[in-house]
Amino acid sequence: MRKISNILILSALIVGTWSCSNSGSQSSEGSGDGSVVAESSHPLGQASYSDDVSDANILQIAIGSKDHTTLVAGVQATKIEHVLVNAGPLTVFAPTNDAFGLLPEGTLENLLKEENLPTLANIITNHATPGSFTIEGLKKEASKGRKIYMATGNYVEIVVDGDDVTVGGAKILGTVEASNGIVHVVDKIILPE
Amino acid sequence: MKIMTTLGFSALLLFAISCGQSNSNDNGGALGGNLADRSYVAPGEHDEFYGFISGGFSGQLAVYGLPSGRLFKVIPVYSVDAEKAYGFNEETKPMLNTSFGEIPWDDSHHPDLSQTNGEIDGRWCFINANNTPRIARISLSTFETEEIIELPNSAGNHSSSFVTENTEYIVAGTRFSVPIPQRDMPIDEYKGNFKGAISFIKVDQESGRFDLSFQLKMPGFDYDLAHPGRGPSHGWMFFSTYNTEESNTLMEVNASQNDKDYIAAINWKKAEELIANGDFETVPSEYAHNVWDESTQMATSTIKKEVKMIDASKYPGLVYFLPTPKSPHGCDVDPTGEYIIGSGKLSASMTAHSFTKMIDAIENEKFDGDAYGIPILNYDDVVAGVVKQAGLGPLHTEFDGRGNGYTTFFISSEVVKWKVGTWEVLDRAPTYYSVGHLMIPGGNSQKPYGKYLVALNKITKDRYLPTGPELAQSAQLYDISGDKMELLLDFPTVGEPHYAAGAPADLIKPNQMKLYQLEENNHPYAVKSEKDTKVTRNGNEVHIYMTTIRSHFAPDNIEGIQVGDEVFWHVTNLEQDYDVPHGISMIGAQTSELLIMPGQTETFKWFPKRVGVWPFYCTDFCSALHQEMQGYIRVSPKGSSVPLKWSLDGE
Repeated sequence: MRKISNILILSALIVGTWSCSNSGSQSSEGSGDGSVVAESSHPLGQASYSDDVSDANILQIAIGSKDHTTLVAGVQATKIEHVLVNAGPLTVFAPTNDAFGLLPEGTLENLLKEENLPTLANIITNHATPGSFTIEGLKKEASKGRKIYMATGNYVEIVVDGDDVTVGGAKILGTVEASNGIVHVVDKIILPE
Repeated sequence: MKIMTTLGFSALLLFAISCGQSNSNDNGGALGGNLADRSYVAPGEHDEFYGFISGGFSGQLAVYGLPSGRLFKVIPVYSVDAEKAYGFNEETKPMLNTSFGEIPWDDSHHPDLSQTNGEIDGRWCFINANNTPRIARISLSTFETEEIIELPNSAGNHSSSFVTENTEYIVAGTRFSVPIPQRDMPIDEYKGNFKGAISFIKVDQESGRFDLSFQLKMPGFDYDLAHPGRGPSHGWMFFSTYNTEESNTLMEVNASQNDKDYIAAINWKKAEELIANGDFETVPSEYAHNVWDESTQMATSTIKKEVKMIDASKYPGLVYFLPTPKSPHGCDVDPTGEYIIGSGKLSASMTAHSFTKMIDAIENEKFDGDAYGIPILNYDDVVAGVVKQAGLGPLHTEFDGRGNGYTTFFISSEVVKWKVGTWEVLDRAPTYYSVGHLMIPGGNSQKPYGKYLVALNKITKDRYLPTGPELAQSAQLYDISGDKMELLLDFPTVGEPHYAAGAPADLIKPNQMKLYQLEENNHPYAVKSEKDTKVTRNGNEVHIYMTTIRSHFAPDNIEGIQVGDEVFWHVTNLEQDYDVPHGISMIGAQTSELLIMPGQTETFKWFPKRVGVWPFYCTDFCSALHQEMQGYIRVSPKGSSVPLKWSLDGE
């Protein structure tokens, strides 16, 4: 299981590296598969920058993963890309498309409506914590009985069960180091309290 | 009464109209609209040109954008720099070594850019140190000083650092003639005994590395400025001279006696032949050659012991003197390579010599005597024309590539535009105040980019908000694309903006290095991962192998250090992300704070003096948790049994 997910992550990373060289033009053209991003009102910022030597940042890794298109669409709709490319450091628990699929029918569509974007932003923000937490770091926090402080202000519990680590009930499927922090791929949405 | 009113009204109208006209005259009649728009570069947009402006007595080189005048970086070259720990950290200390030992500052004057086929190519910038004679090479990929070579037998290295058409050589002439070799002798025996050395520094075309190829021993004049021949005159180098009187005191009077001094024309291809033939003497000379190695990220300084010297008086065909009125200062060659402009700083006129006529005069031996065996060409047989009564105190000339020359006049504080070939004055523009050099991007090349001109002023008086007795010096940007020069912008500079070089941004931007690849970091004290960090002791010498990454040091708790230790902090920035440096500073460290680029290793030395537990922290605002990027080091008494121990989060 661990091995398989690592391979998936690796391929996602490769795709990520490739796509990040295109990300500049992508965002300036504002095309992309039917995303709701209103490019004209969205000033160029750090997210529009990419180069060919820096390690991929959190956003670039997410954009490069075919398993995270829903998350990326949500990030773009709520215009929080710049947060994910900031100097950080940030640890992001990145729910897969399947994780979003577990939400009740119609929830996602509803969240993507203009009036509900603040709610969606709050949900996504509940998957990010300041600081770089490796898997070992998370285990250490758990062993000390500490919770993780999410960017929404919520504290989330870490549970270690053998090799499995869950954060706020979401299981970590794999980990990718980013230039500005760490991405843990998770199988569920961590809903804010 | 009514009539009066009507008259008054029409007078008012006239006034309004003429007022509008005079405004448009001030703007040179340009229809380009608002002057501010033409130097405005919107937030997030890039400038069209890089400007490299020397810091004069600051010893550094500052990088500006043109036309905005925005300052991007001060590159430390000849002076220590606290901002980047240049000259303080162990890696760069050797850069400031000389045969006299470490010199912590100098006076940097003339930047020049590398060329290929007579056009600037964006590889390197060179700049001279005036006081302790040196030439430096700055990479335009890293914007760091990579190499400094000292010039022996030279003193007041003013007529440098000028680049030949394919960057074959950087050429550097001495301002002060001195005894060669140096010896204890009466000053008033200067005449005939002091000599001037002109150095030719070969540049490796791949690495850029310097080699002091040879020196010419010239008569004991003052060698002031220089420019290379280009196109047809490639292979020649031209130097202005003053003090051909060979005076050694009250120079302002005694060096101004001769009606004409000389421009020395040096055939350096001939000099290469002489060297190849063994026609030189090897002169014992001590000089430092300092090189920064990108792989080990460290500089080394090597003292060299001898130089090949050619006595210019002994070899016919090597040097000729072109008589030029009144202590010429600037010595500038037009883009075609045909005209050599000498600006007699005590003259009201400038002299243009013709290269074609010079060659003819040489071939037909149209000589007017000699100086120490070096033929003096007959003035009337080499002069092509004179720009007459253009202003007061001509200094320097650059060209726009459209057949016009632009000369600065120090005393009358102005730039004068004139026509090459007809020598007529076309336009003049005031500067604020007392302009020295001027710069047109690509000015020392066959292909100037004649859109902007930057005047470099020594005095600003009332131009800016006052800052006590010491005021900023300034650069002024003129649009020279039309018939009339138009002042667009006036911006303060770092130090004295002595001279400058400029290049289109597109020539330099694509070659930028963004970070140091960690796997290519061969620094002997680099560590590539946190698990390899350690602290070692050998006697009282302690080495800390430390890493940084957002947002912590590894290790961040260190014990077992003792008063009297000599502690080396080798800090590697593990980041591989553009524009994420980290810094470090240690309380009580007298050497340095560091600023470490991604993938780089730097070292500072610390002598713990007091028992206690002392903090260190990151000095570069690296991240959201920058303020948490800190650590402690425990200092025990000398001979303490506290063991050497290091950790991060207890591990």
